[in-house]
Amino acid sequence: MMTRRFVLATALAGLTAVLSAQQAPDRTHPPQPGPPPALTLPTIQKRQLSNGLPVWMVEMHKVPVVQVNLLVFSGTADDPAGKFGVASLTTAMLEEGAGARSALEIADAVDFLGADLGAGTSIDASAVRLHVPVARLAGALPIMADVALRPTFPKDELERLRRERLTNLLQARDDPPTIAALAFSRILYGPAHRYGTAMLGTGATIAAFTPDDLRAFYAATFRPANTALLVVGDVAPDHVMPLLESSFGSWTAQTGAAAHATLPAAPEPARREIYLVDKPDAAQSQVRIGWIGVPRSTPDYFPIQVMNTILGGSFSSRLNMNLREKHGYAYGAGSGFDMRASAGPFAASAGVQTDKTAESLKEFFNELNGILQPIPPDELARAKNYVALRFPGGFETTGDISRKLEDALVYHLPDTYFSQYVQSIQAVTAADVQRVAQKYIQPGRFVVLVVGDRKKIEPGIRALNLGAIKIPAFLYASREDHIVPWQTVYASTRLIGGDVTFVLGGSGHIAGVINPPAKQKRNHWVGDVRSDAGDWLTHARDVPGSWWPEWIAWLKPHAGAMVAAPKSPGNRRFAAIEAAPGRYVKAKAP
Amino acid sequence: MAAPKIEVKYTQFTLPNGLRVILHEDHSVPMVSVNMWYHVGSARERTGRTGFAHLFEHLMFMGSGHVQPGQFDEWLEAAGGDNNGSTENDRTNYWINVPSNSLELALFLESDRMGYLLDTMTPKTVDAQRDVVKNERRQSYENRPYGQADITLGEMLYPEGHPYHWPVIGYMPDLTAASYDDVVAFFKTYYAPGNASLVVAGDIETANARSLVEKWFGDVKPGASVEPMTMPGVALAGVQKKTVTDKVQLPRLSLAWLTPPHLAPADAALDIVADMLAGGKNSRLYKRLVYDMQIAQSVSAGQNSQALSSYFLIEATPRPGHTVDELQKVIDEEITRLQNDAPSQHEMERSFNQIEASFYNRMERVGGFGGKADQLNAYYTQTGDPDWFNEDLGRYRPLSATDVQAAAAQYLPLGRRVELVVMPEGSK
Repeated sequence: MMTRRFVLATALAGLTAVLSAQQAPDRTHPPQPGPPPALTLPTIQKRQLSNGLPVWMVEMHKVPVVQVNLLVFSGTADDPAGKFGVASLTTAMLEEGAGARSALEIADAVDFLGADLGAGTSIDASAVRLHVPVARLAGALPIMADVALRPTFPKDELERLRRERLTNLLQARDDPPTIAALAFSRILYGPAHRYGTAMLGTGATIAAFTPDDLRAFYAATFRPANTALLVVGDVAPDHVMPLLESSFGSWTAQTGAAAHATLPAAPEPARREIYLVDKPDAAQSQVRIGWIGVPRSTPDYFPIQVMNTILGGSFSSRLNMNLREKHGYAYGAGSGFDMRASAGPFAASAGVQTDKTAESLKEFFNELNGILQPIPPDELARAKNYVALRFPGGFETTGDISRKLEDALVYHLPDTYFSQYVQSIQAVTAADVQRVAQKYIQPGRFVVLVVGDRKKIEPGIRALNLGAIKIPAFLYASREDHIVPWQTVYASTRLIGGDVTFVLGGSGHIAGVINPPAKQKRNHWVGDVRSDAGDWLTHARDVPGSWWPEWIAWLKPHAGAMVAAPKSPGNRRFAAIEAAPGRYVKAKAP
Repeated sequence: MAAPKIEVKYTQFTLPNGLRVILHEDHSVPMVSVNMWYHVGSARERTGRTGFAHLFEHLMFMGSGHVQPGQFDEWLEAAGGDNNGSTENDRTNYWINVPSNSLELALFLESDRMGYLLDTMTPKTVDAQRDVVKNERRQSYENRPYGQADITLGEMLYPEGHPYHWPVIGYMPDLTAASYDDVVAFFKTYYAPGNASLVVAGDIETANARSLVEKWFGDVKPGASVEPMTMPGVALAGVQKKTVTDKVQLPRLSLAWLTPPHLAPADAALDIVADMLAGGKNSRLYKRLVYDMQIAQSVSAGQNSQALSSYFLIEATPRPGHTVDELQKVIDEEITRLQNDAPSQHEMERSFNQIEASFYNRMERVGGFGGKADQLNAYYTQTGDPDWFNEDLGRYRPLSATDVQAAAAQYLPLGRRVELVVMPEGSK
């Protein structure tokens, strides 16, 4: 069969190809596009379950699959102070025991149906998401409902996830882009603001969470009034509504408004500062340049999309053409505004080869300054078309559409948002682009972060004279030190800025510092840096034994390879004189 | 649920210059994907020029006879299009996704680089992309945790001289050595229409798409034909053991076996073996190492199917305080158990259901990597039949539990494999 079809087709092709060979195509100009295809956006059908839970549905009958998302309008941004990471851990725990099912039973049932079920948290929302062949939807929904509505937060599962997450934090130190992302957020927002800490939380918060913490966060956020259901796929609303009703319709839980945190305002940097994170022997430097950008609700959303496309949002963008295509310093370079309910970061970024780090920074700033100038009309038109014309392609799969619906719900986008999108982009003018560039791109006040081999890159970066250079610091003080009061040392956390770790040891000026771990004497305090020394001590964790293991753990990711200690002191040129500590120590002052 | 029946209707024809063309209509969104496979990958490279097939892939975006450098991307972006390419051991693929009214632009660009690439190619272009590719290597291997070990693994599995011995990304000195003359020779040898296949899929009207393909590709000159690659089979003699170091916090254990090529009889059974071992929380290795004993942070298993020879890979990372030896002991116990006892019918059914669902999921997207257009081209390249979806799916359901047990027994011998350990630098 296959062969015959093949041969027959070949014979036909031969005839037409003779014709076209007589008219070689005109390659002197690129073919012009035909009339634009009609844009048919999916129809959103809005209904409600008997408990008031809103349901948004889009029918797609191409493939017999369906996506069902239970979307909760609380995310990591709603983590209470001191409990950073609770949202993320709470949603992760939903699948670890629910209703009468254990973690293994949930996973087995889901896998057996050929379904994907996942619970996760982003900054502004949490969700339980199901993707399943439509023939298995009825079997999968009750499991999804257990996970979303009846989690049991078993203690032993929490211990397992806790250890897994602490190890995740440890492994995050391996990967330069991850190091850069975490450090950049910390620099911009500081330790007190939720955006300044990883979604997972910190080692200290993860170590402290109890099942009750998770239950409290769940109860405060997972409630019908704070939730919506999305259904996208090969289902008819009248068929699926009864299924949803039976799984989710009797969910009453807590009513009333959910707890939402209000994020403090984070001030923009006043002047440009350079932060170096040492990654000895790194083959590339990870560069992040930027500051705090805009919230998703910005009235400048569309001009910013166009401006950023020109600067670093597409392959032909200026940053990529410069750093990759013109200079070959990087595999790719770009920029982006991370828009959230509150203003998220703007960053221009790339991994650049170590020996071209300073040269790359210079080119970054050339482009960041260049975008402030008027944009040539053809470049502007190209960027607008790129953003607008590909928009319909973003509605192809059940996953694509459900993500767009989630955005619309989480960020309260108007009903006309999707239908007006193309026009809104095309309406952006050159003046709009220049205005938003000058407002949101201020290279003189940007934070510059470089994660790389400090020894090799620092001299070149210093020579650029971009601003003061900051590096990660470990501060130690002894609690009863009468010469250097520990509160004074603590004040340096504010002066140094950047990634600062503060550890307080027990005892005084000498004994506090010299405290070999093996002796298991005294104690020390650790905790995330806070604005005030007293506040820090209140929240710090009291750890028995020497502070030295903290110092060694801090050094490990910041240091190069270990080298063997010399077997004997001295060398050919400099012979050893005598045993330690040396005669000068024993000499008495006259 | 009955096994899904997947239907992907297509039209196939061959141009006089030898280019095979496959057309498929899907009007769900007003987009079209132009997907080209050249049947050449890093396996065709010669000693001293590793990484060349991939470097060449980069050059395909740098303009051609009627397209100045930079215009390829600029014109596509102005049309709302996206594009990319990728290189593997056995093939190089390129795709352009555009709104359907710009199909002709995509065909013009794709045909121009097939017909006239060398007209604008200069040594300077080669130099520029050489720097980019070197930075790709730095970013994806040298500066990525465990990245260098991934290269070492291939070197240990395949003997020197075997075309899978070296990495697709290539070695730095070879990237430095690649010349403009190499580009000319490679293009003339491997980038002829007879060594390629083209899929145009999405919001097209078949007759119109066909005449546009004929219009734009008709003037591309045929080239010499390429002999298929044949390689004598490879086998590991015993245990190949190595420990390397990297700048990482935790060690990692990799165990790898040489296994039958893609679509060979045991290939599908080994997919199921991988699923039994590390697919999901109830899989044997995940459940013991990560869930019950909690001595591993992660474990994965996979049959990596390739044209000349596949490899089966198990990787596991110990939790702090635990060692790769502890993990290896449990992994070997579980492999032995699977070799001695057939898996339960429940495990088999769970795997089948997941595999079948994954076939549906692959039907949702037309363009890009792994979309329907790419899959039609893959099936055409591997079997001669673009619509091989049901046949591919049909490889799994008939497998019995004893087939899976037999595949584990025959292809995962504990005494003939690669054992690669990555240790954190400075650890003992």
